[in-house]
Amino acid sequence: MDIVVCIKRVPATDAAIKIAADGKSIDPAGVTFELNAYDEFALEQALRIKEQLNAGSVTVVTVGPKDCKKQLDDALARGADKAVLLSTTDWMYDGMQVASALAAWIKTVPCQLVLCGRQAVDSDNNQLPANLAGRLGFACVTEVGKLTLADGAFTAERDIEGAREVVACKTPAVISCQKGLNEPRYANLKGIMAAKKKPFVEQPAQLGARGMEIVALTLPAPRAAGKIVGNGADAVPALIAALRESKAL
Amino acid sequence: MSNILVIAEVRGGVVKRPSLETVTAALQLAAQTGGKVVVVACGSGLDAACAELRKTGAHKVVAVDGPAFANYSGDGYAKAVVEQFAANGAVAVLMAHTAMGKDLLPRVAALLDASVITDAVGLACEGGAFTAKKPVFAGKATMSARATKTPFCASVRPGTFAPACSPSDAEVSKAAAPAGDLLAVVKEIVASAGGKVPLQEAKVIVAGGRGLKEPQHFKLIEDLAAAFGPGVAAVGASRAVVDAGWRPHGEQVGQTGKVVSPPLYFAIGISGAIQHLAGMRTARTIVAINKDADAPIFKVADFGIVGDAFEVVPALTAAIADVMKGK
Repeated sequence: MDIVVCIKRVPATDAAIKIAADGKSIDPAGVTFELNAYDEFALEQALRIKEQLNAGSVTVVTVGPKDCKKQLDDALARGADKAVLLSTTDWMYDGMQVASALAAWIKTVPCQLVLCGRQAVDSDNNQLPANLAGRLGFACVTEVGKLTLADGAFTAERDIEGAREVVACKTPAVISCQKGLNEPRYANLKGIMAAKKKPFVEQPAQLGARGMEIVALTLPAPRAAGKIVGNGADAVPALIAALRESKAL
Repeated sequence: MSNILVIAEVRGGVVKRPSLETVTAALQLAAQTGGKVVVVACGSGLDAACAELRKTGAHKVVAVDGPAFANYSGDGYAKAVVEQFAANGAVAVLMAHTAMGKDLLPRVAALLDASVITDAVGLACEGGAFTAKKPVFAGKATMSARATKTPFCASVRPGTFAPACSPSDAEVSKAAAPAGDLLAVVKEIVASAGGKVPLQEAKVIVAGGRGLKEPQHFKLIEDLAAAFGPGVAAVGASRAVVDAGWRPHGEQVGQTGKVVSPPLYFAIGISGAIQHLAGMRTARTIVAINKDADAPIFKVADFGIVGDAFEVVPALTAAIADVMKGK
């Protein structure tokens, strides 16, 4: 099975967000970037499927600026066979554009499975997987927490509000991965050395027309400072009184 | 070409509340586009759901009703919605940002080659252009965006709008499910054990962190949640304890978990890492219990107790149980 894993470079989740002078983007000063956490589950699942079948290939791809090379190299070091950078000049926030650029590229390569993280933790769109599937005409299951492959078809489980869905899914498919699907492996020294010899392709992304533009990025108003009602178990009556007074109880 | 299509989510024959909220958003938007609101429901046996949807103020309800649609299929439902989009002179499609909405709306957007904005907390149509506000970076910032093309698709964050309710009666029509093989289809729905309150629907969330020291000490958290009575409170967890395997990921609050906004949130033994605060800072009232008086969680908490969770929480559980008895 030839598997494509879509990844994204995002600000670390422990980063404090500051707005840049243009009022439309984040100030990158002091922000470290990392591989989107959910994409780690997608990459791990791809490697496990390749190991299960003992055949096929794993290609990692991203749409973004040249800085993304570090995250692609990390994916190669963890075991992906090939990396593709569909390069752009900007932070990619327009889901429609990213989906159409990825679809245009995937149509040119052998691919029976696309794995993605459920969402990127910067734009928080949670729309790329199903959008991509629609453009490719692939089956799709999103936010998958358990995935099994047998006889060329998938059984995928996903949490919905108050229940869990079990989905029968044909191939080719796009599957988006939720935390809990697996325990991702990390790169070891051997993997890092091997990665240097693996194919790395860079080509401009076919973005097409924009679907949207950012008007402004703003920070939420800070919460008013609260008060410490007391120390230890003795403070419980004061807390109950405060909650009742504020109509929280 | 100015009508707004809403995809209603029907489960067990009942319209989900976030779909009714989305009709409200659509009615506001239609007033600006000069169009009408058309609600599309997909499924099997939709008569009761249609009766409910007629009372929302929507102008028309379309039921794509048939045995082939008894179980949810993203590709099948998307095809049906796109047929209704063309048949009803629509310019935009809205759906709630639920598990189904995340699976279905983007596929509809792909088939329409539409501009798409998800998890919107505000929508408008200004001078012919659709605009939306949405949280990004798990709520650390808000993005205001403008669609530069139509059609326009948007998903709406649950809890943002009031559910639509109107005495007017909409016209109801039926459509057949489109022919063709389904690529992905739900074959079973397993209800969560023990009738637990879903985290994002809970009125109270009691969340625990590493300050509880051992996984079995989450009993303290569960007992406090239970003290609010059945169906009220849910248990939440910090990323640290989920990553350590103490609690399931479904309970994680924060940037790589759930973003929640309950009326009342208890953070117990949680220091308040940036990624956790991002997931709960919009709760109406936040209570923090932590033995470290300098913990960042106290900067966002409305009320705090500095102390050992093992002493404070049992006393609080007893006090809450007393309050609930009096109600």
